Amino acid sequence: MNALKQYIDLFDESREIIEEQSPAILNTLRSSAREHLETARLPRKGSEDYEATDLEAVFAHDYGVNVNRLPFDADPSETFHCDVPNMSTCLYYTSNDAFHSSATAERNIGQVVVEPFSMAAVDYPELMEAYYGKLARMSDPTVALNSLLVQDGLLIYVPDGIVAERPIQLVNIFNAALDMMVQRRLLIVVGKNASIKLLACDHTQSADYRYLNNQVVEIVAMQGSTLDLYDMEESTPLTSRVSSIYVNQHEGSNVLIDGITLTNGFTRNNYHVEVNGEHAETHLLGMTIASGEQHVDSHTFISHNAPRCHSNEMFKYVLNDHAVGAFAGKILVQPGCPRVEAYQGNRNLCGAPTARMYTKPQLEIYTDDVMCSHGSAIGQLDEEALFYMRTRGIGIDEARRLLMQAFVADVIDGVRLDALKDRLHYLVEKRFAGTLSNCATCAAACRPSTKD
Amino acid sequence: MKETEKPEKGNQIIEEAAQAEYKYGFVTDIETEVIPKGLDEDVVRRISSLKGEPEWLLEFRLKAYRHWLTLKAPTWGHVHVPEINYQDISYYAAPRKKKEAKEIDPELKKTFDKLGIPLEEQMRLSGMAVDAVMDSVSVKTTYRERLAELGVIFCSMSEAVKDYPDLVRKYLGKVVPYTDNFYAALNSAVFSDGSFVYIPKGVRCPMELSTYFRINAAQTGQFERTLIVADDDAYVSYLEGCTAPMRDENQLHAAIVEIIVEDRAEVKYSTVQNWYPGDKDGKGGIYNLVTKRGLCRGDHSKLSWTQVETGSAITWKYPSCVLKGDHSVGEFYSVALTNNWQEADTGTKMIHLGKNSTSTIVSKGISAGHSQNSYRGMVKVAPQATGCRNFTQCDSLLLSDTSGAHTFPVIEVGNDTSVVEHEATTSKINEDQIFYCNQRGISTEDAVGLIVNGYAKEVMSKLPMEFAVEAQKLLSVSLEGAVG
Repeated sequence: MNALKQYIDLFDESREIIEEQSPAILNTLRSSAREHLETARLPRKGSEDYEATDLEAVFAHDYGVNVNRLPFDADPSETFHCDVPNMSTCLYYTSNDAFHSSATAERNIGQVVVEPFSMAAVDYPELMEAYYGKLARMSDPTVALNSLLVQDGLLIYVPDGIVAERPIQLVNIFNAALDMMVQRRLLIVVGKNASIKLLACDHTQSADYRYLNNQVVEIVAMQGSTLDLYDMEESTPLTSRVSSIYVNQHEGSNVLIDGITLTNGFTRNNYHVEVNGEHAETHLLGMTIASGEQHVDSHTFISHNAPRCHSNEMFKYVLNDHAVGAFAGKILVQPGCPRVEAYQGNRNLCGAPTARMYTKPQLEIYTDDVMCSHGSAIGQLDEEALFYMRTRGIGIDEARRLLMQAFVADVIDGVRLDALKDRLHYLVEKRFAGTLSNCATCAAACRPSTKD
Repeated sequence: MKETEKPEKGNQIIEEAAQAEYKYGFVTDIETEVIPKGLDEDVVRRISSLKGEPEWLLEFRLKAYRHWLTLKAPTWGHVHVPEINYQDISYYAAPRKKKEAKEIDPELKKTFDKLGIPLEEQMRLSGMAVDAVMDSVSVKTTYRERLAELGVIFCSMSEAVKDYPDLVRKYLGKVVPYTDNFYAALNSAVFSDGSFVYIPKGVRCPMELSTYFRINAAQTGQFERTLIVADDDAYVSYLEGCTAPMRDENQLHAAIVEIIVEDRAEVKYSTVQNWYPGDKDGKGGIYNLVTKRGLCRGDHSKLSWTQVETGSAITWKYPSCVLKGDHSVGEFYSVALTNNWQEADTGTKMIHLGKNSTSTIVSKGISAGHSQNSYRGMVKVAPQATGCRNFTQCDSLLLSDTSGAHTFPVIEVGNDTSVVEHEATTSKINEDQIFYCNQRGISTEDAVGLIVNGYAKEVMSKLPMEFAVEAQKLLSVSLEGAVG
């Protein structure tokens, strides 16, 4: 079986339509993607780096692809509110893979460029030319598939020296009335000494259909730039997501990526970071709270290609019911890169006998003067702490919730946006209490107290 | 860490060490009976008939050989095993028996004396029983009678096949089946000799059993097979140590060690491996591709692996524990030191199948020169294995900026009552500590020796006394001047 075949066939049939409706720059990669897919196979469970995850099965479903880019009538900004209270953001929406800006998007005007590729190709052709498809690796079949079928994407560009006043929020929504796969694509270029905070969240409006988000994000962080990317997922059990984030860090840049999964069906997050400049800092954080049949697999790769860099990873999983968690992280220190400090941590709570956790922290070091470590633990809540709380009149369920919240608290505390931090604490609390079950309730829960 | 200049002396010491010759490289000149190079079914049959084996064992070998033909050599390790021409290896070499001689060949004895193996009187004084294996065939076994009084069987595998066929047949290939991997299949087809140990119920083996393996004849692959069975409530400590003479061409060593531990029994398996690592340019050296696995079959059984790996051009092995019995215990303590162009990819697997089974892994890697040193390990807790506990610590010490240290652990937990912890660090030798030692009149070389021995102490302390001394010497010798 080869799940890719149906998509290759679809491409061959509708190549003209696809290319016609896409900016020219996107068409430049299609032939190479097609070539890669010719021989590529999606990894099966048990293959290298996919110990617990069967991508073939995920893509095998007969998803619809919106080749003709038919508009879906609902206006997400009217029906969906996902602002963070006390944080004034510039809000953008992606409805499946089409972009909409909201009234609040004007706030950063003159500072940050947020444009769909179709516009960016006209306004910033040199940027698109220089960075589109340059980081993402076609050797990954999901990236090749994205490059093959993608018809639009979003460019976020912060020019040199600009410190964006307001965070940008990108709300990705699935709202098709059929099973659907979309290719989301993001290109983020943060100029020299520029700074931006970006909050992306994935939602699904209808719990009845199967959706697959095959997403590729390319990030270029120039000298001295700062980028925070908070990537939150609150979807439904039928929603699958394969996300590949590629980062190229230049000298003195500071990148934080925080992947948060609260509700989902299947998720595979790939983080591929190339640290190419001295004194660059990388922070990768991850928090997963999974129950039911949720499946969350994170795969990180940080390559230190320059001396005197610092990287820090912390991924925490709380698994209940039949949830499956997987974490594989690799830190590579290239020869001739002394004084690199790289730390990696993965802590997991298994809360049910049927929950499964797979973890594979790896170090590959080719320079002697480094400080690198990784730690990984799988365990349960401390019985004594539970007992202590019960002796003080806290019920067992409440005590467990409190301890689980405390367990993930340090990942949330790594967030560099106070309002978001508070919001996350609140959402996690609701999640553990079981009142954040799907997007329908989420939309209500997220409704801002002070609407912009 | 402070930015300090590399000490001049350090460089000088490196050069001296790099030029140091392999201490144990010498060739014993005794006649050796060798089957011509090549491998086919006839060779397998010939090995079997030379050793006078029963039909079932020949069948076992043939099945393994046929399975091996279907396999390809694995390539997933962080080592570079060059393409091996299996038709260019001689699969059997035995010291030729001189009919009139009742004593050990004096040449052979000298070899062992050089290695410091006290075979005769010294043996008894040191209170160890040695089953000395030279190129695959057991030469002499001491203390056998004393052990026999207790019912302990300690003999070569070929003798065991003749004298205790039922026992061998019952246990052979049960822990490492011939289908396990490429090298296990090869070994199962052509294994020449090895040791067999059986400790009967309730017996505590009064002495440490020890075997020195030695690859001697040029271009002779060595395929030992060791089988240790500890019956209920038994205890044995088994020591294995290796040195090999200097050779220009690479030699292949694909051994199998199988251990079965029954109810409440305990087996302690210690290895000091110091085979020829190749010269300072990475020429020559042994390929050490070994499958070692123990099955803790009984409840409350315990298996402890301790290894000090300083030799071999390539070391690729994972002494593992299958913890099948409830409350069974698996331990793995390892020091792996690589220098020059050596490559080591070693670690362990702890497979928890029994309830409340526990395991401990302590791995210390030291990389110098241009070497690559990897820890690869797996801790797997099956869904039914509730209440399991694992602690893993693997540290790497880098002594040169051209060496590499890598960690590839895999952890799978299938229930909610088990706790698994893993931690790993990689760093350079602490310059402050060296400076501190220098201040007090300790040379840089001695300081490195001290620090590394301190770093490896946790593992060294698990070795039996006789080995600990040798291992400590080995570390210092292998490390001479490796500071950079």
